[in-house]
Amino acid sequence: MTRFVRLWHYLTRYVDNFLLGGVLLLMLIGLVVLYSATDANLSRVTNQAINMLVALTVMWLVANIPLQHIMRLAVPLYMIGLMLLIGVALFGEIQNGARRWLNIGVTRIQPSELMKLAVPLMMAWYFDKHETALRLRDYAVATLLLLLPLLLILRQPDLGTTLLIASSGFYVLFLAGLSWRIIAGLLIAGAVSLPVLWSMLHDYQRQRIMTLLDPSQDPLGAGYHTIQSTIAIGSGGVIGKGWQNGTQTHLDFLPEKSTDFIFAVFSEEFGLIGNTSLLLLYLMVIGRGMVITANASTQFTRLIAGSITLTFFTYIFVNIGMVIGILPVVGVPLPLISYGGTSMVTMLLGFGILMSIQTHPKLVKT
Amino acid sequence: MSGTVELRNHRRELRYFQFRLAVSAGFILLLFGLLFARFFYLQVSQREHYHTLAEANRISISPLAPNRGLIFDRNGEVLAHNYSAYTLEIIPSRVANLEATINELASVVEIAARDRKRFKKLMGESKRYESLPIRTRLSDIEVARFAANRYRFPEVEIKARLFRQYPKGESTSHVVGYISRINHQDLEQLEARGDSTNYRGSNYIGKIGIEQSYEKELHGITGFEEVETDASGRAVRVLSRTLPISGNNLKLSLDAKLQEVAEQAFGDRRGALVAIDPTSGDILAFVSKPGFDPNLFVDGIDSENWDLLNNSIDKPLNNRALRGLYPPGSTFKPFMALAGLELKKRTPEYTISDAGYFSLPGSSHRYRDWKVGGHGSVDMHKSLVISCDTYYYGLANDLGIAKIFSFIGQFGLGKLTGIDIEGEVSGLLPSQEWKMRRHKQKWYAGDTISVGIGQGYNLATPLQLAFATAILAGNGTAFRPHLVKQIQNSKTGAERDIVTQPLYTLNLDPKNLARVHAALVDVTRPGGTAARAGEGAAYTFAGKTGTSQVIGMKQGEKYVESKIQERHRDHALFIAYAPADKPKIALAVLVENGGHGGSTAAPIARLVIDYFLLGKLPTGAAVETADDEEDVHD
Repeated sequence: MTRFVRLWHYLTRYVDNFLLGGVLLLMLIGLVVLYSATDANLSRVTNQAINMLVALTVMWLVANIPLQHIMRLAVPLYMIGLMLLIGVALFGEIQNGARRWLNIGVTRIQPSELMKLAVPLMMAWYFDKHETALRLRDYAVATLLLLLPLLLILRQPDLGTTLLIASSGFYVLFLAGLSWRIIAGLLIAGAVSLPVLWSMLHDYQRQRIMTLLDPSQDPLGAGYHTIQSTIAIGSGGVIGKGWQNGTQTHLDFLPEKSTDFIFAVFSEEFGLIGNTSLLLLYLMVIGRGMVITANASTQFTRLIAGSITLTFFTYIFVNIGMVIGILPVVGVPLPLISYGGTSMVTMLLGFGILMSIQTHPKLVKT
Repeated sequence: MSGTVELRNHRRELRYFQFRLAVSAGFILLLFGLLFARFFYLQVSQREHYHTLAEANRISISPLAPNRGLIFDRNGEVLAHNYSAYTLEIIPSRVANLEATINELASVVEIAARDRKRFKKLMGESKRYESLPIRTRLSDIEVARFAANRYRFPEVEIKARLFRQYPKGESTSHVVGYISRINHQDLEQLEARGDSTNYRGSNYIGKIGIEQSYEKELHGITGFEEVETDASGRAVRVLSRTLPISGNNLKLSLDAKLQEVAEQAFGDRRGALVAIDPTSGDILAFVSKPGFDPNLFVDGIDSENWDLLNNSIDKPLNNRALRGLYPPGSTFKPFMALAGLELKKRTPEYTISDAGYFSLPGSSHRYRDWKVGGHGSVDMHKSLVISCDTYYYGLANDLGIAKIFSFIGQFGLGKLTGIDIEGEVSGLLPSQEWKMRRHKQKWYAGDTISVGIGQGYNLATPLQLAFATAILAGNGTAFRPHLVKQIQNSKTGAERDIVTQPLYTLNLDPKNLARVHAALVDVTRPGGTAARAGEGAAYTFAGKTGTSQVIGMKQGEKYVESKIQERHRDHALFIAYAPADKPKIALAVLVENGGHGGSTAAPIARLVIDYFLLGKLPTGAAVETADDEEDVHD
């Protein structure tokens, strides 16, 4: 008995229990909602459970790696990712009008997914190297490191991933102390360049933005998603219609109800009370990430932990914002709840890094 | 030293980092607050609105079509009923490649060229999203075969539908009419009447006959069903249901058996027969030959059959009894005789000496009698029995057109009878005003002469002749002729009789009436123009023969039947009632191109009355043409 306890302690010595608890609770909610969203399709729920186990294993593995090793991986990961993105641009497979996949013989991979972590890692690494005296030039180089993959991904096109990587990079810049003046300048420049950006967007992306402004102008086309999801949420009321009783969900009015729009299912069936509880749970996980970030001992770990935590928040905000109709419809999943393996693994990989930062002996600079 | 600077620097940086982190945390809380505000707005403030939208999403109201009322004859025999059968239906606008779908369907169930043609025709006539039948009345085997292959045809639906059927087929086609699919015009009319909601679930509407004129009674009230549907519109379950109320059943005054006897009596001849109960206006038989099979129209007739019916030289779609216009010929004479007596222009004893023609004073134009050389001395009684023309030329001249118009108009000629099916025409009883209005010409004395024998401008429908005969038979009491006798409420079973109040009663001298009746009875006795048809009648059989010209004869030309093309031969007419002293039936028979009334029309009347009064069924299918003694042209 004690041997098992000792083994357990040994295996979990690099696991952050608070973070793990939050993740497991969210995953449980995810499975419960998915069961309803798929009309009690057990095989899909099982599938998702397997995805979760795989992701948890990855998280555990990463948590066990000391940060120095992870840091050493930053540059090669970024380089490989960048080359793969160039490969996608040249030889990628087109699916649904977007060139995102690369066939590497054994399997098809989506390099942009790798870049979600590789970009902040690389930027954090760079700032760590030049920690002693950060100058404007350093921020410019870091920005360049961000923009290079970003433009390649935007070209694919993949608006959701671009947005997430851009924000994860921006968080690194922000936490590294990018001056407020430059941030303000960037905001102004961004506003000015909006028309240019607009002209660069693909038609379907423009359509999504236009539809956000007025979903009713295309109720059966692009606006359909938002209209049906707001109906689902609004009709859920304070206490919701009850698990498996959502009419919008079970009569198939909700599109993509097990993936990007799964929040509408949750919200219809569990109401405002469910929504608030879910937000609080997410807030706890984010809060733990903040604490880990605040306690991190090196520039690299601080920046990467902060970026991971804030990106996690970005996922939540963009996904829910899109489902409740205040943001355009972009393909961003609800973390730990939406059906799908890839994003789950990426997410927990990040959490593994957080755990590693928190649990490995801190290196204090002398 | 440098170490402390670095350390202090480091601590400052750390504090600065933590400030940035705190800013981020504030940012997160702010945006989460925004999400919560939106949740609150959607789920609390706007909850009712979205609840309504969600309900509207899921609940659709679908109509439940009522069962159409049944139609029976006076003895309870079924003339129109409904039966359930399976159909295969397609909504054309939802199918990408209609031709391919139908071709594939044809490999599972038989789809004849006829079905395809009918489907095309329906497509042209229907609303955009209407579900149209490609095959109707599937056999059990076909239903099973389609069910097994269902997955191949997502656009094709199998539906159990009620079909209208007319078991008597041709026999009642012109009375009962038929229903057919609702087309654009019907829809507009329904909308104008404010009835379109009640027809939301209905595909059919009465087009002619009783089915059309009693549409309101027969249709019933549409029910509604609240159904939960999914996003693709499939019904998931029923939430509530308001049952439809079936249409009312109709009991006709028609005697289907009598109708059949009359039909058989016609054989292959074209024509019409209307028999009326003079004591009530009940229409006992209403025949227009040839008829057509109304069942062909129910699912939408295919173009082949339609062309066949529409282009036939026999014009089976023409309701001759209701809309066929014929000069009444000598059947006009009894009314003329009564006019002469009532208006004191003739006494029964007044006798003329018939030389075979009549000329107006100061004119050399001869109005010829049908009998060359004339009938010798002729009084009123004889004038009717032998159908003397010369007598009526003179009488018409003495009465004048104004009096003829006003007196005979009382018998319903030249006016609509008001029968309870639509499409009736009013015929023509000419007058000076009419001629001025219609032809911008004044009336000539000569015009009156031919009107006196039911020719000239005179035109009447067989229905009008039967109506006039019924008034005569009823001694001047007129009842509105009607086909529906009783309306039975399908829900309560309550029966409502169509009230048969007399329309009016003419003030006629019974003595004058008795004289006309007596003469008409003698028409069917030896020496009369319908003697052969009246032979051995077990009741007093009053009648009057008539012939109406199809082509005009030149002065001095003789009508020789054998020399004239069949379609140019005269129409044969006969009006009759029996028993003469207390008539139970009054009728008018018309046989197109039948020659003389006595030989072709009167025997039909005899068979019909024999069956009606005595229950005697005719032996042969069609009546043999009875040979009258003389080759008369009455």
